[in-house]
Amino acid sequence: MKQLSRLRRHRAAGPILLIFALFTIGTTFQVASAVDQEETSIAARSAAIDEGREIFLKGCSSCHGLNAEGGEIAPSLIGVGAASVDFQVATGRMPMADMSQQAMRKAPVYSAEEVNALAMYVASLAPGPKVPTEEMLNYERDGSVAEGGELFRTNCAMCHNFAAQGGALTQGKYAPTLMGVEPRHIYEAMITGPQAMPVFSDKTITPEEKLSIIKWIKSVEAEPQLGGAALGRVGPVTEGLLVWTLGIGLLIGVAVWLAMKAK
Amino acid sequence: MTARERIAGNVAGYVDDRTGAAKWMKKNLTKVFPDHWSFLLGEICLYSFVILLLSGTFLTFWFDPSMREVIYEGSYEPLQGLEMSAAYASTLDISFEVRGGLLMRQIHHWAALIFMVGIVVHLMRVYFTGAFRKPREFNWIIGVGLLTLGIVEGFLGYSLPDDLLSGTGIRIAEAIIQALPVVGSYLAFFAFGGAFPGVAFIPRIYTVHVLLLPGIFLALITVHLMLVWYQKHTQFPGPGRTEKNVVGYPLMPVYMAKAGGFFFIVFGVTAFLGAVASINPIWLYGPYTPGQVSAGSQPDWYMGWLDGLVRMAPPLETVTFGYTISWNILIPGLILPGIMFTGLALYPFIESWATGDKREHHLLDRPRNAPTRTAIGAMALTFTLVSLINGGNDIIATTFDLTINQMMWFSRIAIIVLPPLAYVITKRLCLSLQRADRDLVLHGRETGRLVRMPNGEFTEIHEPISPEKAWLLTSHEQLAPLELPEYDGAGVRRPAAIKNKIRNRISRSMATAVPKATETERKELEGHH
Repeated sequence: MKQLSRLRRHRAAGPILLIFALFTIGTTFQVASAVDQEETSIAARSAAIDEGREIFLKGCSSCHGLNAEGGEIAPSLIGVGAASVDFQVATGRMPMADMSQQAMRKAPVYSAEEVNALAMYVASLAPGPKVPTEEMLNYERDGSVAEGGELFRTNCAMCHNFAAQGGALTQGKYAPTLMGVEPRHIYEAMITGPQAMPVFSDKTITPEEKLSIIKWIKSVEAEPQLGGAALGRVGPVTEGLLVWTLGIGLLIGVAVWLAMKAK
Repeated sequence: MTARERIAGNVAGYVDDRTGAAKWMKKNLTKVFPDHWSFLLGEICLYSFVILLLSGTFLTFWFDPSMREVIYEGSYEPLQGLEMSAAYASTLDISFEVRGGLLMRQIHHWAALIFMVGIVVHLMRVYFTGAFRKPREFNWIIGVGLLTLGIVEGFLGYSLPDDLLSGTGIRIAEAIIQALPVVGSYLAFFAFGGAFPGVAFIPRIYTVHVLLLPGIFLALITVHLMLVWYQKHTQFPGPGRTEKNVVGYPLMPVYMAKAGGFFFIVFGVTAFLGAVASINPIWLYGPYTPGQVSAGSQPDWYMGWLDGLVRMAPPLETVTFGYTISWNILIPGLILPGIMFTGLALYPFIESWATGDKREHHLLDRPRNAPTRTAIGAMALTFTLVSLINGGNDIIATTFDLTINQMMWFSRIAIIVLPPLAYVITKRLCLSLQRADRDLVLHGRETGRLVRMPNGEFTEIHEPISPEKAWLLTSHEQLAPLELPEYDGAGVRRPAAIKNKIRNRISRSMATAVPKATETERKELEGHH
């Protein structure tokens, strides 16, 4: 008891109590107002999820199953997360145009709102990777282009080619070009591993490193064609083609002309 | 005598008094060369070699062939702050800091590709026209040597910048060295001064690339040209052209002007390519580290067919006495190229052995008049082309929506099926062309004028061809096949019976021909038309 009363009379007791009281009130208010916010967004979210479910049943369920449980020809979508849906649908890969080896990038079938609703529906089935926010994608601020290049060459170039132009994989699968791909989709591809691509979790490549990779890809995209026509940036094959057509063609043409002139 | 002539005469006299050059010059400046566009193909190689020497010298002023690690601080932002070898950093500096450096690098690389293309088309011209026959067999072998060394020299140049692509190429070269049974791993250690990649290889290949091989090139090219000079140039058959003369224009002034002009045109085309088309953008590849590789890593085209052979090889491996023999690399990487280059070098001797023709030849063959030789050439080209296409299988697969597996199986089957098919088709084509020639000589040119005879018969008017043309179509000789005896006079089988039998067979194939129109046949038919 003696101890307690001594503490009560301590010089700092007043200010500490004041801070404690302010903190308690502030926290309570924060929680109360947050609950309020959450209640409204829950309503909006369930509406979006319902809308997403509608779209899913019409456009996706014939392959992925009525409850997204997957089927003979399509995988289960339970736990793939909103990021997967956003990547596959917003880039037009899903719904697939045909049963080829790999879904191709094409004009998206659904609007941004519809994609969002679909993503929320699939995310509601089980937790999975989320769509990165604008704040998370500020690669100009958070990325380093040189580091991104190193990471790209170590992890990505073996399939996507040294200048992110894409490349062939086995059995008709391929790594697509990354030119003109939105940063959000590049990020989503890394965290969800679509098609033949492996998942690069935040443990293998941290979010900052992912931004560095995006920054490097964007710098390659913006790079002018140094040294003349880039010939597709696919290496010596196009160079060989050019020298066997234009190069030797011009020279043989001149040789024929030179031999003709003497007549 | 004008003042100018007097001065020129005095200078010439001064030089001649001290060198005795006048007699030699007079003889050689009036030397006659035959005129044909295909005789300029070799000059493309010579001139691009000169361009390579000049642009290469420029590059050595700044290139640092060292594996010393440096931090890049140049002006190419995406690589700033990265650790890299001095070789790579200095190549970046040549590209971005040195005035005109990138243009020079690109001219050097395009000139290398043109050099190799030139060698191949020149070789094709020499082969298909039979210009390698006696007395030019040695020059043929020198040419094959230049082709082989050119591939090596090009590969070394491609490897020097130490970028991701060149490092990948060196890695494959190391694998091919290691595939040699027993000595392979020792040789690889010897070449690399230890384990791959090490620090010794780039400086070593630099010396070979800029000193040893160019020296050998200079020597071989000199001998190659001196032999052409001494043996005189071959010429296509035609009126007035014989095995004993050369019909054409003198070196001075006609060929001096033509050859000199052609040099500048080759330089111009190379500089044009260097200025408008990017080649080997090393800054995009990044510095080499063994942990990295890029999709679509290809060698330059002259090694592309070797890469294509390796790519289509099935995964064969055997282990004997604890040693692994990688047939999948050994066969396509060493054995097949070895057979091809040996066959190429020995071809003149094989042909003269098979035909028994040991005479000198200065008049060229028209390819159709040597059907078997032409067909063998088409076969070899088809083989190389199939493997070259497979060397770019991944790029072709993505470009034309094919799969790599389809490409690989196509190549595996085509490399066996298509060359013999090319042989048969080419041979038939040649014989058909011979038949057409014979027809042309005997029946003349179809004029397309149809005439109705008084008896109602329709007939097309044929015009006789000019005597020059007729001579061209009938002047070649058709060799009879060898008939080497299998039995001697007493009916006893000779020791060389089997050899003779084989020779007879090959020689029969070599001598396949449509009999050319003879003078008597022509005369006989003259009444008809």
